[in-house]
Amino acid sequence: MSLPSVPIADNLLAARELMAFTLGFHIILACVGVALPAMMLIAEFKGRRNDDEVALDLAKRWSKAAAVLFAVGAVTGTVLSFEMGLLWPNFMERFGDVFGTGFAIEGIFFFTEAIFIAIYIYGWKRIDGWKHWWTGVPIVIAGVGGAFSVVAVNSWMNQPQGFALDGSGNPTGVEPLSALFNPATVYEFPHMLLAAYMVVGFGLASIYAISMLRSPAKRSDRRHRLGLLIPLTVAALLTPVQIFVGDVAARGVADHQPAKFAGMECIYETGPDQTEWLGGICTDDEVRWGIGIPGLDSLLVGFSTDTVVTGFDQIPDDEEPPAHTLLHLAFDTMVGIGFALLALGGWLGFYWWRKRDFPATKWFLRAVALSGIGAVVAMEAGWIVTEVGRQPWIVQGLMRTEDAVTNAGGLWFVLVGAIFLYAGLGAIAVVSLRRIASRQEPGGDVGAGLPYGPPAEEPGR
Amino acid sequence: MSKPDVVAAILCAGATLYAIFGGADFGAGVWELFAARKRDRGLRERIEQRVALSLGPVWEANHVWLIFTLVVLWTGFPDAFAPIMETLYVPLALAAIGIVLRGSGFAFGHTLGDVGAQRAHVVFAVSSLITPFFLGCVVGAIAAGEVEAGGSGNALGWIGPLPILVGVLFVASCAYIAAVFLLDDCRRAGEEELGEYFLRRSIAAAVVAGALAAAGLIVLHADARGIFDGLFDEGLPFLIASVIFGLVTLVGLLRGWSRALRPLAIGAVVALVAGWAVAQFPYLLPDTLTVADGAGDGAALTALIVVFIVALVTVVPSLALLFRLAQRQALE
Ligand code: HDD
Ligand code: HEM
Ligand code: HEM
Repeated sequence: MSLPSVPIADNLLAARELMAFTLGFHIILACVGVALPAMMLIAEFKGRRNDDEVALDLAKRWSKAAAVLFAVGAVTGTVLSFEMGLLWPNFMERFGDVFGTGFAIEGIFFFTEAIFIAIYIYGWKRIDGWKHWWTGVPIVIAGVGGAFSVVAVNSWMNQPQGFALDGSGNPTGVEPLSALFNPATVYEFPHMLLAAYMVVGFGLASIYAISMLRSPAKRSDRRHRLGLLIPLTVAALLTPVQIFVGDVAARGVADHQPAKFAGMECIYETGPDQTEWLGGICTDDEVRWGIGIPGLDSLLVGFSTDTVVTGFDQIPDDEEPPAHTLLHLAFDTMVGIGFALLALGGWLGFYWWRKRDFPATKWFLRAVALSGIGAVVAMEAGWIVTEVGRQPWIVQGLMRTEDAVTNAGGLWFVLVGAIFLYAGLGAIAVVSLRRIASRQEPGGDVGAGLPYGPPAEEPGR
Repeated sequence: MSKPDVVAAILCAGATLYAIFGGADFGAGVWELFAARKRDRGLRERIEQRVALSLGPVWEANHVWLIFTLVVLWTGFPDAFAPIMETLYVPLALAAIGIVLRGSGFAFGHTLGDVGAQRAHVVFAVSSLITPFFLGCVVGAIAAGEVEAGGSGNALGWIGPLPILVGVLFVASCAYIAAVFLLDDCRRAGEEELGEYFLRRSIAAAVVAGALAAAGLIVLHADARGIFDGLFDEGLPFLIASVIFGLVTLVGLLRGWSRALRPLAIGAVVALVAGWAVAQFPYLLPDTLTVADGAGDGAALTALIVVFIVALVTVVPSLALLFRLAQRQALE
């Protein structure tokens, strides 16, 4: 008896969609794991230094949200670890030992994160003063380290190095550190780290903005004001840095992954004086309905309009990324949102400079309310550029995705199941967050009713 | 010991740590499941509270050992990882779903309102039963030689006597470890009545797990002769140690010991895994792939060894801190 195997082409699409969906979901929670702890610590720092009860209260509230979202992050991350093998066994078989060190290091950070979030939450009632603040520091470090070690693996898939190939195409002479510190890590890691801080910063601020829009009385409530200002300031300060790193990333892609670059900028013919297209549809031979700025693309890539940029004409047909329009629009969406967020930060900065306050007007709050979603969309769009743009390769230039995929059956059913399961998870997580936000604990014990904390009334005490 | 052997030992260590600590978490869920049919609502709630208290701080950290084991397997032995994943995808996928449901059931059991929390508890309990079962099936199928090096194997090969038996044995062992741990926790917290409850269940689980292990030997003889022979050869000291640990724990349970129980139960599991590992050695996948042949590149193995040491050095003191904190009274 055996199960039927499935045509590779069919499986490939299902496996890619499944990977994309589960990654796209996990990455939002991963952002929370990376950046929310820092927001908590900033609030707690403010609270402890100025004896500010309101800031301490914010830190407590945010640590509760972190507890719930970490739990969902952990389970969705575990799914990804299984998927690496279940969906892409041949990729793991051939290259598992080259990039695996990244995931192994990530394990250490997971331990640190899982243990210290529990310590931090238990600690609200059991550890005094600044010592408690310090128990949060390992969580922040673990977030940065965890992001580094996974993203380095992804960078390696984009710019593989740190090994040689033997006669049969298998890697030998592996250098794990060289694999992790590949040229793409230099921009992908900071770009993702900043993205996580922006997603959480704008996201958290947008929650307070929405509640201020709903009930204007809250616009003068100190907790809401602080809850909006702390994360919004962090995110606004990081936005220009993010745009700078993105610019470096774009030049890195143009140098090392010309096919991806041609896809995201819709470049047909190799040559100098390339037009930069804003928006538009990429047909077989031209960009339609886009706004073209002559020469700008060459200028951005090589600081001169004479810079030659590779187009589809020099890329073999079977090495071209699919879905040019999707790639192009995803890239433009990311960049567009990046500049919109920069403008929002500028608005805040200008007003603050003149009035030492933020503009608590309807329009500003509306903009902040949208910024959270915007940052998430920009991040997801960026990942579409990176991952779809790398196709047809799973490891750039070395292994095709179709050669990596499993022949196991039933993936479409798994995909549908995963969508329902994750939709449920997401909905329940939101319900849980709302409950926690409105719950009044007896005695205000922070751990009460949290997955990592002590129960409300501890029996036997 | 060669480098691949060291990494194979690390793999076993990770799996053992998961079997003990992750296993205790699963077992706690199994006991919630058994208690769910009880009429006595008060008892049910006390059990749920006890489980929440014991697992609360560590439920995620315990679970990282599984991730760690997976990563060591794919980095250290990619040639074994790929065929395992390709052949046993059905039980592996079911185990992964079980892990998602278990984790979210546990977390949301804390955060939702009455009805929602009750449902979450049920999800947590049921998935605590199925997850170790399917993980056991995977281990059993590998032992039975269903996974072949380089091949994608028979996707239904895990439906056989040995895999199913190992699956059930895994569930029983989880329940046993959990009962012993919970018993100890109850006594420390002065919850005598609940302690009695888990005492009776520890004894029952010990007997069941012991019987299943004995049955396992018979099936092993039929389906995995190589491992059976190894168990009575190089593995014999460990086999004996495991039986002794098991019997002494049983005596201890009956005579009302308390502090020694936890280490004894852990000892039984460690001896069993070690015995199995020694018996299966040198095969990673009996009888088609050895540890030496399946190993990845030397530098990757070195990196794994370093990472494992660093992991122990960071995890052990942080866990100790967490446990101290969880036992401490709240500040006023
Ligand atoms: C808040 C989110 C966010 C914002 C505002 C931006 N990006 Fe981005 N971008 C991401 C979030 C992101 C990301 C986290 O989604 C990606 C996916 C992979 C990566 O390393 O970062 C990414 C990838 C990515 C890539 C592909 C890298 C690769 O394939 O290796 C390029 C070329 C850029 N970005 C360029 C930019 C530019 C020029 C921006 C200017 C406004 C910009 N990004 C803003
Ligand atoms: C940093 C760690 C990441 C790793 C190691 C990784 C790895 C992979 C792998 C192995 C595949 C399947 C093979 C392939 O299609 O090339 C894939 C595809 C994909 N991933 Fe990632 N990924 C990472 C992050 C992300 C994130 C955060 C997203 C967020 C949306 C994402 C989006 C996608 C998409 C859209 C695909 C499908 C691409 C296509 O087939 O067209 N990835 N990724
Ligand atoms: C293929 C890619 C990925 C895999 C296999 C993966 C795997 C995992 C696993 C197994 C966990 C759970 C650990 C636990 O039990 O505590 C996890 C959580 C986490 N992952 Fe991922 N992950 C991937 C992509 C990413 C990316 C792209 C990032 C960030 C940049 C990231 C950041 C995190 C963080 C911060 C956590 C902790 C979760 C939390 O506490 O909220 N992961 N991931």
